[in-house]
Amino acid sequence: MTFPILSIIVFIPMVAAVIMLLIPAERRNETRAVALAAATFDLLLSAWVYVQYLVNEMTGYQFIETYKWLPQLGISLKFGVDGMSAPLVMLTGIVMFTGVLISWGVDDKHHPAGIQDRPREFFAFLFILASGVFGVFASLDLFMLFFFYEIAVFPMYLLIAIWGWIKTREYAAMKLTLYLFIGSVISLVGALAMYFASGMNSFDMLLLEKANFSVNFQVAWFLPVFFGFAVLGGIWPFHNWSPDGHVAAPTAVSMFHAGVLMKLGAFAALRVGIMLLPEGAKYWSWLVMLFAGIAVVYGAFIAFQQTDMKYMIGFSSVSHMGLVMLGLSTLNKTGLTGAGVQMFSHGVMTALFFAVTGMIYDRSHTRQIPELGGMGKVMPFATIGFIIGGLVSMGMPGFSGFIAEFPIFMGVWYVNSLLAIVASISIVLTAAYIMRNIRDVFFRPMPEALEGHITDVTALDKIAIVTLCAFMIGIGLFPSIMVPMVQTGVENILRLLGGA
Amino acid sequence: MTTELLIWLIPLPPALAFFLIVLFTNKSKALSHTIAVGAAFLSWLGSMVVFFRAVGEEHFTAFASSIPWLPTGDTWFRIGVSIDPLGAAVLFFVAWTVLMIFLYSVGYHNFGQPKGDHDRAGLPPHGATVTDEHGHKHTVLSVEPMYSRFFAFIGLFAFGMYTLVVSDNLLTMFVGWEIMGLCSYLLIGFWYGKPSARAAAIKAFMTTRIGDVFMLLGIAFLYKATGTLTFSEIFTEETLHVLANTPAFFGLSAAGAIAILLFIGTVGKSAQWPLHVWLPDAMEGPTPVSAMIHAATMVSAGVYAVLRMFPLLTADFTGHGLTTAMSVVAFIGAFTALFSATIAVAQNDIKRVLAYSTISQLGFMIAALGIGAYIAAAFHLITHAFFKALLFLGSGSVIHGMEHGVLHTGNHHVDPQDMFNMGGLRKKMPITFWTFLIGGFALSGFPILTAGFWSKDEILADAFAHGHWAVFITLAVAAFLTAFYTMRQITLTFLGEPRTKEAEHAHETPWTMTTPLVILAVFAIGYGWVGIPEHFPVLGGILPNWFHEFVGGTLLEHPEAVEFSWIPLGTSLLVALGGLGLGWLVYRNVKSPAEDRLQIPALKNKWYFDEAYDFLFVKPAYWFAETFTYKWMDKGVIDGILHFFGKAAAWIGDTLRNYIDSILINDWIADKLSHQWTIHPAARAVRRVQTGRIQQYMLASIGVLFVVGVLVYYFFMA
Repeated sequence: MTFPILSIIVFIPMVAAVIMLLIPAERRNETRAVALAAATFDLLLSAWVYVQYLVNEMTGYQFIETYKWLPQLGISLKFGVDGMSAPLVMLTGIVMFTGVLISWGVDDKHHPAGIQDRPREFFAFLFILASGVFGVFASLDLFMLFFFYEIAVFPMYLLIAIWGWIKTREYAAMKLTLYLFIGSVISLVGALAMYFASGMNSFDMLLLEKANFSVNFQVAWFLPVFFGFAVLGGIWPFHNWSPDGHVAAPTAVSMFHAGVLMKLGAFAALRVGIMLLPEGAKYWSWLVMLFAGIAVVYGAFIAFQQTDMKYMIGFSSVSHMGLVMLGLSTLNKTGLTGAGVQMFSHGVMTALFFAVTGMIYDRSHTRQIPELGGMGKVMPFATIGFIIGGLVSMGMPGFSGFIAEFPIFMGVWYVNSLLAIVASISIVLTAAYIMRNIRDVFFRPMPEALEGHITDVTALDKIAIVTLCAFMIGIGLFPSIMVPMVQTGVENILRLLGGA
Repeated sequence: MTTELLIWLIPLPPALAFFLIVLFTNKSKALSHTIAVGAAFLSWLGSMVVFFRAVGEEHFTAFASSIPWLPTGDTWFRIGVSIDPLGAAVLFFVAWTVLMIFLYSVGYHNFGQPKGDHDRAGLPPHGATVTDEHGHKHTVLSVEPMYSRFFAFIGLFAFGMYTLVVSDNLLTMFVGWEIMGLCSYLLIGFWYGKPSARAAAIKAFMTTRIGDVFMLLGIAFLYKATGTLTFSEIFTEETLHVLANTPAFFGLSAAGAIAILLFIGTVGKSAQWPLHVWLPDAMEGPTPVSAMIHAATMVSAGVYAVLRMFPLLTADFTGHGLTTAMSVVAFIGAFTALFSATIAVAQNDIKRVLAYSTISQLGFMIAALGIGAYIAAAFHLITHAFFKALLFLGSGSVIHGMEHGVLHTGNHHVDPQDMFNMGGLRKKMPITFWTFLIGGFALSGFPILTAGFWSKDEILADAFAHGHWAVFITLAVAAFLTAFYTMRQITLTFLGEPRTKEAEHAHETPWTMTTPLVILAVFAIGYGWVGIPEHFPVLGGILPNWFHEFVGGTLLEHPEAVEFSWIPLGTSLLVALGGLGLGWLVYRNVKSPAEDRLQIPALKNKWYFDEAYDFLFVKPAYWFAETFTYKWMDKGVIDGILHFFGKAAAWIGDTLRNYIDSILINDWIADKLSHQWTIHPAARAVRRVQTGRIQQYMLASIGVLFVVGVLVYYFFMA
């Protein structure tokens, strides 16, 4: 038996959560140290998986582990990654690591930053969430995928409702939880339908891929399964929980939420919806494409007029996740590859956005763009980070956003060039709201009310910013470190789609 | 070093300078500009070597090499560099102008001057007070507070331009294109403390971005149609033939449609109508930036892109009658040339006149490309780059001199850029005057001597020879206006007597600023001689028409030289000399804007394009974003439905609770039925048993024991 690296990655956060809960509450720095150690370890392991993934062997899944769990019902704990999920596992590691760094904060009575209220419980819940996320990306068992999915969703409620922005946290937490649970229940019904229809008495997705469901069955069940998950991917018109959730959530949770949780939705929609029901995907791809196309432009338009930084980023996430869905809906190699890279690129970028926004909010106590200004001078490091994120967001060549978005537009052009043209409106709008935000928040003279109250970001914050930027620039300059890997995953999808 | 490797290295020094300055040397002004100018020099050196090697080769086609970069399915997308004759010619002027601008920036940003008294980062320097050895206080120019940052940004800008020029494919060309877009944003908004600069930066970025999106779509279309973005693979006869015969939309062939989409990118970048609005506002940036954007790099990049795509544009051109795509290009170019020349006539800001003249001159080039005059367009692109860089740097020198005067008098209400505040500067700033005069004459197309004459004449001759009358007449009128407003500018700025105290105290600028002017002036005259048509009377044939021979080699088919005719030459002479003469006659006695009869509101307000765009696009976009999408759709419909479900669920819960749960289940079933009527009486009854007397309990226990004993006996033992 090989080294069970995936299960270690999945369960480290959970173990760390338990350890942290055993530490006395007043030992805040010890708790944080445990969190950071666990996060670092997980990041290294997930990077190891990424590096060791063999791109040249187009074998599909690698690092496979199987443990029997409930053999009577055909449920087992089965892990494995392919070219689509390996980058996402690493993404989760990155977001977890940087999320801990920026939550560490400053224990200063006058200028507190990061998480100062019950950090022990906060990190514990955050890590349970992380376990769930890792689990979904690595699971090859449909039942376990749902199991981890729910583990990932539930702590969100607590994290937002307890540590969130006091004005909207209860509303947002409830909205988010209800949306996501309803979505997952609908998908679960679809999954059970597959389980029974296959007659194989197994939840193993590798077996279900070969189940040969009838075309009618696939067409009938594709929509509930796909859209049930896609809710978490923020697909229009079921996107509305997401910006509200972002705004209410504390910084690290926003990072997780936009950075990896939304990917969870898109990823599960791909893995369960498209890969298990390929005929259904072909039948309904036009509808997905339409909704995704609307999301791309619609989200950009709303982001364009927001004055709250977090709402702006929240709606830009809707727009960018729309691009992921758009790429998935093309069902061709170019578009799917773009979608895979976009999931990673957007994850890193939006985590950075929320991190910087959180740093600003902790110091100025406002996220209203009209009330901010002059941050460029007091926090130059964060400013450069935000600008780099902005360039990624705009799809500027040389950054990961371009590597992701260009193939998506290309893939859409193959299928429906008119939609590609309409969707490209978002490129202009994105540039508009990002540039306006950068100009106002960072380069305008600082308002009097803030003068003297703003301090520079901490060293840990800087490490987080550098980590995130490194990936965006690295992939932008050397796309070959990610694109071929994603393509192995895409090959697998195309095989299931019948070489389409 | 092989030429191919050298080409790879050309763009790198400025990029390296950017990182070095940003990361390490931003504290030291001297070190920062040394690195930046040194980097520009290295790139210049490399470019010159490549250029002369290219010229030295017989039947030169291209130096090219490439490496795999982005995997696209089964093949790799290769990126690489390539210098063909056109690339070499463009590289030549880019290297020269960039180096000159870098050098000029040292003086422009007042290196060596003291720190300003009240200078703040993000605002232009306001001057510093110094005390000389006699105890007198003077106000002198102060050094730019963000000196190092400026050099970092223009380094990045130069990197973008070099990348664009050496690219062998559309993708990396687009990379360079976008880097420049970004740098234009950073540099136009360099003095970010000024609200107008911030607005102009965003306007420039957004407007060019609209063009970029179409360009991106064009790239996607091209890639879909041909499976490649490398120039040498696209511009083969078979590929072009296929593209020309594939129908696309609006009756265009695929080649035409792609060319139009890519051309819209140029319309944005080269500020052609209707996306011209950003360029005049871009004057908010420091003057070297204006020269960079308007001469050496960004706007030239747009024309360069069309030159590159020329085979595509003309793929279905048979030589008789322009294709739809070409007509569109020709129309936009010619219209822009005339339209912006009319605006330039009524501008009073020295830099804005030049801005509109840039738009107009780019229109000449675009129109030339639209009618298939490839060589003429390339020639004008290069001569224009030289004399427009010269003019912008010259205007910067003028402004600098005027600022000197402003500091001397201390009257800060005088706008140092308004030409009506100048006059008589020829005596105060002789080097600036003579070089500006050369640049202005070149722009006007002053016969024989200046480079601008040869290139502009070639465009007119080509339009005439191929019978494109509408283009010919439009451009001739535009050329006349060009000469007219140029002379107006020279007259108002340099001739006559100083009209203000500030102009009297203007001062010649330091050598770092005047040296570039002199060098560029040499090119503004001399570069014309490399492209004298063979059939030109007297002069033709003395010097070989090197430019035609060399750059013509870029195309698959070497273009024919145009037959000589006296009509375009006569027109050319007439409009240049007539415009210059009339400009001098009209403006030599004009003292104030009130006396200027061409201050027509429609012209002054640029034909109200800004206002119209605001009304037509900006406001509706805001309305659509805010009212329609956000308020109605998102908050109204989507959240409305959601909240309706929420309320409905709450109502159902409420109803269940208040009318069923509370009343029926709680009150009736739980309270009344079970509690009051059953349990309560029963409990009351049972309570009587709980007497607390131990004897009674004993009795009961014995009784129960007895009963149980009987039952057990009866059921189990009997």
